[in-house]
Amino acid sequence: MAREETFYDVIRRQGISRRSFLKFCSLTAASMGLGPAFADKIANAMEVKPRIPVLWLHGLECTCCSESFIRSAHPLVKDVVLSMLSLDYDDTIMAAAGHQAEAILDEIREKYRGKYIAAIEGNPPLNNDGMYCIVGGRPFVEQLKEVCNDAAAVIAWGSCASWGCVQAAKPNPTNAVPIDKVISGKPIIKVPGCPPIAEVMTGVVSYILTFDRMPELDRQGRPAMYYGQRIHDKCYRRPHFDAGQFVEAWDDENARRGYCLYKVGCKGPTTYNACSTVRWNDGVSFPIASGHGCIGCSEDGFWDKGPFYQRLSGIPQIGIESTADQIGGTLATAAGVAVAAHAGASAVKRLRMKSAETAAERERV
Amino acid sequence: MTMDLKQGPVPFNPYTANPKVSRTSYYIYEAPVRLWHWINVVAILVLCITGYFIGAPLPSVGGEATFTFVMGYIRMAHFIAGYVLAVGFLFRIYWGFVGNKHSREIFYIPFWRPNWWREVVFEARWYAFLAPYPKKYYGHNPLAQLAMFLMFTCMTTLMIVTGFAMYAEGAGPGHWSHTAFGWVIGLAGNTQNLHTIHHYGMWAIILFVIIHIYAAVREDIMSRQSMISTMVSGERMFKDDAP
Ligand code: HEM
Ligand code: HEM
Ligand code: SF4
Repeated sequence: MAREETFYDVIRRQGISRRSFLKFCSLTAASMGLGPAFADKIANAMEVKPRIPVLWLHGLECTCCSESFIRSAHPLVKDVVLSMLSLDYDDTIMAAAGHQAEAILDEIREKYRGKYIAAIEGNPPLNNDGMYCIVGGRPFVEQLKEVCNDAAAVIAWGSCASWGCVQAAKPNPTNAVPIDKVISGKPIIKVPGCPPIAEVMTGVVSYILTFDRMPELDRQGRPAMYYGQRIHDKCYRRPHFDAGQFVEAWDDENARRGYCLYKVGCKGPTTYNACSTVRWNDGVSFPIASGHGCIGCSEDGFWDKGPFYQRLSGIPQIGIESTADQIGGTLATAAGVAVAAHAGASAVKRLRMKSAETAAERERV
Repeated sequence: MTMDLKQGPVPFNPYTANPKVSRTSYYIYEAPVRLWHWINVVAILVLCITGYFIGAPLPSVGGEATFTFVMGYIRMAHFIAGYVLAVGFLFRIYWGFVGNKHSREIFYIPFWRPNWWREVVFEARWYAFLAPYPKKYYGHNPLAQLAMFLMFTCMTTLMIVTGFAMYAEGAGPGHWSHTAFGWVIGLAGNTQNLHTIHHYGMWAIILFVIIHIYAAVREDIMSRQSMISTMVSGERMFKDDAP
């Protein structure tokens, strides 16, 4: 039998030139913050390594992760990674359908047991035995568990798989949960965002495929190289933040001047992502550059930490979206009034005591 | 308690007691505690004002961003005061070990002593105008101790932990704050939570300060011992001789 097909073989078969291939390797190395020497390493790994199949499952989601992924800014990156991945199973973009498609799943699981990568987009709803998401006639949660149990590693695409996202927003009627709540014993890498940045997705996949290991993860299980800093840390409007120059209302003069969006609810100061450096759509723009604050879409619970257009998170349970300042201010005022009333009562008591004292004094004399 | 042989014990009334008796004083708050108290007051004042304006910034300023640093200075003042608060608090903990027995009062509540709880209730009754006369205490009265432990010591700890965790976000890995408090970032998940908690913490401390200052002034006038001067000179002066 011929030797197993390598990544490089697949890439060449797709008609990609060696020159383009090497360009991809240096781009990837650079985007991951690795030195130029690593471009060679990536190239070498791709030339000698057998291709790793990827099974891409879809649970409760909106497919924005897939949309983002296939629009990787650099067409080269997209071509290379897509062919590299070979996406043996992805119900959105594969040609096969029905039983034929499900058969692929079983085949890969058999043949590459413990070797393939499970890439999960979306998450499983658990209520009513998972009936709110049916794939191939069965609850998605079953498919998810089976595929992940035989995988080498699991990638959680987007905020759905990583944190739960909007389908898990209060009161979460379907009990949608992030995938790490149902999968155990497998390394899970979280690539949150709604969707994640295309370059971040391809970068993560390239890293795992070429180095055969997970990139360094932060405390929340995200690749540190892309989620190590906040939007706020690298935001080009930051000088306006430090200067104290804010957009006060949409379309005011300050908005036209491009001032900081902090006061209109920008969540950049609490959002870890690469948007302010990598940007979107071929580096064209990102929300803040378009004049809209960051909503924090890659953060856990961002859907319940709103309002999006308010700096402080609201507490819906106490009044309608009261903020810390409204609640605290009310309590402080109440305390002030109580103190004043108490002081008044104390003065009265003291006066009464005083008269008792004078009476006693008079008696003594 | 003065004894009236015919009527049994009568409640003591400090205002009717002979005012000409000698007034005794005891050294309660050692100099480092007093110094710490007033430095801490300044730090918390700065932290509350600057913190409020971090959450709800002042109206925008004009001009070139290069030459303007309003928000920057507000945050800088906050962080400097934050360091003062934290270092002071660490020092105060140290003094709790080496100082006199009153220096330890704010760090614990003797919840295992039923008698202490009775005293808390008594003191609450005094504040609720149900008890006619206050008692005398060398250190903090039990209700004050409870308030100081819960609303000052616990809250300050919370503020320091969440504050330095947020500070670590900006300082980044490698900074000591990230090494010491980075775990809080992981624990919080979305650090917007840290901002919210930190912000509520401020209001809790403001409530404490309002009540604390009022109580200090009131007790200075109404109780049987000195208060404000005690935090200045350290001497607790009792206004009468009765027990
Ligand atoms: C009594 C103690 C303190 C009070 C009352 C206080 C108050 C506040 C308030 C109200 C905020 C705004 C929160 C928001 O974004 O909604 C804040 C932010 C912050 N505080 Fe404090 N704070 C205290 C102690 C500390 C300490 C000890 C540190 C440590 C250095 C600290 C560091 C910070 C940081 C880093 C921020 C975020 C600044 C930003 O997002 O630009 N705070 N503080
Ligand atoms: C930010 C404001 C303040 C804070 C956080 C604060 C906190 C504290 C704390 C923690 C103690 C306990 C000291 C110890 O046992 O180590 C204390 C005691 C005391 N503070 Fe303050 N304080 C503040 C403002 C003030 C002000 C403005 C006054 C004066 C009117 C005052 C008067 C006193 C007095 C008289 C005591 C001693 C109480 C006693 O004798 O039992 N404090 N304070
Ligand atoms: S626009 Fe948002 S991310 Fe940018 S500096 Fe202002 S608050 Fe920070």
